[in-house]
Amino acid sequence: MAKRINAKLKRAYHYFGINEVVPFEEIEERINHLKGIPADEAVVIKVSEYADEIAEYFENEKRVADTEFPVAFSKDEPRKSWEKYTDDFPEDIFDTELEPVVDVEEESIEDADEIESVEEEAIEPVEDDVEEESIEDAGEIEVAEEEDAIEAVEDDEGEIEPDVDDEPAEIEVAPISFEPKSNKTKIYINGELLGYCEDPVNFTQEMRQKRRNGEISHEMNITYYEDNNEIYIFNDPGRARRPLIIVENGEPLLKQEHMNKVANGKLKWDDLINNGLIEYLDAEEEENSYIAMTLADLSPENDEHTHLEIDPATMLGICAGIIPFSDHNSSPRNTMEAGMTKQALGLYVSNYALRTDTRAHLLHHPQTPIVKTRIIDSTNYDLRPSGQNFVVALMSYEGYNMEDAMVINKGSLERGLARSSFFRAYDTSEKRYAGGQVDKFEVPDKNIKGYRSEEAYRNLDEDGVVNPESYVESGDVLIGKTSPPRFLEENFESSVSDRRRETSVTVRHGEKGIVDAVLLSETVEGSRLAKIRVRDTRQPEFGDKFASRHGQKGVVGLILSPEDVPFTEFGVVPDLIVNPHAIPSRMSIGQVLEMVAGKAGCLEGERVDATPFNQTLEDEIKQQLIDNGFESAGCESLYSGVTGERIDAEIFVGVAYYQKLHHMTTDKVYARSRGPVQVLTRQPTEGRAREGGLRFGEMERDCLIAHGAALTLKERLLDESDKYEAIVCENCGMLAVFDKNRNKKYCPICGDVETYPVEISYAFKLLLDELKSLCIFPKLKLGDKA
Amino acid sequence: MEDIEIKVKETIAQLNDDENLGIDFPDSYIDDLSKAYVKNDLTDDELQKLIRKLKQAYDRAHVEAGEAVGTVAAQSVGEPGTQMTMRTFHYAGVTELNVTLGLPRLIEIVDARKDIATPTMDIYFDEERRNDEEFVRTLANQIGKSTVNDILKEFNLNYGTMEVTATLDAKKIDEKRLDRDEINAAIEKAFKKADINGDEITISSQKSDKDGSKFEIRELRLLADKVRDLQISGIKNIGKVIIRKDDKEWVIHTEGSNLKEILDMDGIDHVRTTTNNIHEIGEVLGIEAARQSIIDEAQKTLSEQGLSVDVRHIMLVADIMTSEGHVKSIGRHGISGEKSSVLARAAFEETGKHLLNASIRGEVDDLTGIIENIIIGQPIPLGTGSVGVKMDYKKE
Repeated sequence: MAKRINAKLKRAYHYFGINEVVPFEEIEERINHLKGIPADEAVVIKVSEYADEIAEYFENEKRVADTEFPVAFSKDEPRKSWEKYTDDFPEDIFDTELEPVVDVEEESIEDADEIESVEEEAIEPVEDDVEEESIEDAGEIEVAEEEDAIEAVEDDEGEIEPDVDDEPAEIEVAPISFEPKSNKTKIYINGELLGYCEDPVNFTQEMRQKRRNGEISHEMNITYYEDNNEIYIFNDPGRARRPLIIVENGEPLLKQEHMNKVANGKLKWDDLINNGLIEYLDAEEEENSYIAMTLADLSPENDEHTHLEIDPATMLGICAGIIPFSDHNSSPRNTMEAGMTKQALGLYVSNYALRTDTRAHLLHHPQTPIVKTRIIDSTNYDLRPSGQNFVVALMSYEGYNMEDAMVINKGSLERGLARSSFFRAYDTSEKRYAGGQVDKFEVPDKNIKGYRSEEAYRNLDEDGVVNPESYVESGDVLIGKTSPPRFLEENFESSVSDRRRETSVTVRHGEKGIVDAVLLSETVEGSRLAKIRVRDTRQPEFGDKFASRHGQKGVVGLILSPEDVPFTEFGVVPDLIVNPHAIPSRMSIGQVLEMVAGKAGCLEGERVDATPFNQTLEDEIKQQLIDNGFESAGCESLYSGVTGERIDAEIFVGVAYYQKLHHMTTDKVYARSRGPVQVLTRQPTEGRAREGGLRFGEMERDCLIAHGAALTLKERLLDESDKYEAIVCENCGMLAVFDKNRNKKYCPICGDVETYPVEISYAFKLLLDELKSLCIFPKLKLGDKA
Repeated sequence: MEDIEIKVKETIAQLNDDENLGIDFPDSYIDDLSKAYVKNDLTDDELQKLIRKLKQAYDRAHVEAGEAVGTVAAQSVGEPGTQMTMRTFHYAGVTELNVTLGLPRLIEIVDARKDIATPTMDIYFDEERRNDEEFVRTLANQIGKSTVNDILKEFNLNYGTMEVTATLDAKKIDEKRLDRDEINAAIEKAFKKADINGDEITISSQKSDKDGSKFEIRELRLLADKVRDLQISGIKNIGKVIIRKDDKEWVIHTEGSNLKEILDMDGIDHVRTTTNNIHEIGEVLGIEAARQSIIDEAQKTLSEQGLSVDVRHIMLVADIMTSEGHVKSIGRHGISGEKSSVLARAAFEETGKHLLNASIRGEVDDLTGIIENIIIGQPIPLGTGSVGVKMDYKKE
């Protein structure tokens, strides 16, 4: 906001030749017509020399005659009338020397051209308002406050700029001229024209040097565009920036000695930046840089590189960085994995026992991946892992792992493989209502409105809240609660307490579990608050989704008894059997490499570093396998668990890190034969949570029509949906009414006439009613059933 | 062969008389039967047997009464349509002609658009002329649009005398088989102040008499553009023309179309020459031709995309579109908008409009269609729903 006001101020100088700007309080008596604006928020511009002319101008101009001339405006609310005046202000009305254009808005680039000489009188900026573009001495203005040193917190990875809190600092940089000449380079700060400079290349170099010396904030980025002869300086928040090692004369400034010091803890990341060894570039400044990918790309002679990548793998973010050997995968698979890894179950926080997340999954025995990357190290993935190392065999198994299904070893599952917990928190409070009525936690009385079965309340303690560690199923009450009646009727036949409603919190439809925690607390209003956390253990079952770190996702197709699982010569049994068809067409070679590397890592008892774009481990891993008595490619002979016969083909067996994803059968299986309907249409409700029907859509309808299955169609659309028996008046064709009390059918128009029952859809009845509400009278003509 | 065909026909007639089979084969069947009779040297008995078998197969292939042909046709055209969207808009054609293809074209056909995006014609020639390159080239230049610009050798603007001087290229005129007199006549007709002197044409600015000013230079330049863009030959609505030799025969492809005038020209093969503008075919050749054109165009667009749809589905679409003697679109302004049932129309589009109008007119919906019966929850009068039970009152 302040900046915009400053722009207005600058324009004021420009248009009115103002020579004095004074804080409000100093000239309070002069502006007694500005009472509406709080004193500390206003800035007053004194129009001294040209006051008469301005007054004259506005008097002559009928358009603005009765508007008050704005000599002041609020800091937070620039006067609209002001904009009106300045925007179409005639240029020739004040034919004077103008102040230099410092701040540039829409039209001021043109205006800049008109500046001939620089006004000698200095402008004293109002401290708090004009700080950003403060003009110290007309004619020679320093780029100062834009680049002032800022104490900012740095992260290890790319950073987003914190909001810069400027303080003016006096730093001398090459003077910036205000004389606009086409051959001079325009300098923009954060997109606003600041001034011009004559030697752009040296200027940028000098600025960068100052940044590296620490004279200017390291958050400043400067870019010189030769083609349009402009310099862009940015120091505003919201730019994505990344760190790079500075290179001078083909030598990276970051030397081994520095790295040793870092290793000893004598140097920190911030020191590397402050010493000008590493700097952050934004997208703009990258345009001026020539970045070497590896050290080998640099040569001491005649090298043009300006920077060196810290590591090529820094291009990867957290998700993609988790993928081992991602440089061996096809890019779609890496993309898929980067998305999928977010769905993996793991140790999502370490204080989960103290939390009441509405829903949370927790993997029971998370493991650190044997095959890791350096990104995994730097993101502390090992402290909060989200998967387990599976022994994987790549073979088909009786067709139970076709089309991305997988066979999982029941023995492994029973030992806790991929087991997880699901937590759901329920909460409610004793709300207060107008009239002193309150909700109450209690075991509801039997005669209360909406009372459930006694069974539903069985787990409640005396206070109306469930006991911990009790097993609950959907529909069971967790917090027994009653609320006062919704409407207080005039006649108090029964006391208010008798007419309370049951508003208990129950276990969600389709869910079950054990009450994990019961928390009693208070809301902000001071009423009682109860939070219940229900836990449900999830052993993998058919249809649960798993994925490796290479975009290889699949669902459990068979849970195989341990005795039937194929075994190796040493009696090793795979946890998972994946179909080999999953590999070739998807080209996720990373998975194959991970499996071999994982196997070698297991045998050696060491973790393997599989950071992408690094030296190949192939020979090393092969040797390790051979040393441990395995085949170098990772293939083994397997024996059928059923017959004990050796399987003819060599089977590729390895260890891969698999993730259990949070798409589980229990959360999704659904069927309905009957259930709730909507009130308006009497058609089944929608969605699993509402126990809804499965939609028989337009295209499904078309199919039955195409098959000529008339009665099946009727069954789907009428009998199994919103069938309704309407009574139709024979006389007028409108729907008749059945009076239950008199046990009589009559027509609202014709009275006591013959009526006939007709089977129609309730939706059609609704249509007829709506037409009637539009004053359209639809009549049904009845005939004999064909 | 003809006598064999007569014999086959006689056999059929005899079978019809004797056993009341009611055989009514299309001509192509008679043709095939005759061929089979000759080829396999059949006896009369065998021929009779063959005819009986054929009758059986023919009846079996017949669509049953109550079959939802329309829905099946819609599904059969619609499903490949979903596959088309992905790969369309580009054309690896031989010519530089740009033709709308794929889904946009299919929509154009089904919507019965009056102004199609890219009208084109394929012009064929009769037997004497189809190999006469000279004739084809002359005709192509008569048909295709040529402007002065196409035959220019030199073109100058004289700002001193305020004149436009154009030198025509005799070679180009020759190449284009244009008539010099016609060019001259066209130029003289368009520009009163044209001075034609052999190849050289001088046209002075019309305002040059008046006092010269800044304004005139602009005027002169406008005149220059006018001169260059002057059309000296061609048929209305036809733009660029491409001559190609297709399998030993010369064909002209045009951008733009004018079937009526092209068919009037000499040497044209009136049977094969065609346009992709269905409405134009309807106007010039009649509704049956338009129907065939819809079938051909739709089938062509589909097969170009590598999709094969049985013609019968497309034929059904074409039949419905042309059944009232003019080409109607499928959709709000055509078939769907003209359904007799109020409920069916209201269920499709513009619900409010249809219900309001129906109530104003007091329309009666006799509930004979599919959609109406779905709405009210009755079995649809199709397939198994198309039959009912009727009681015979007399037996009691």
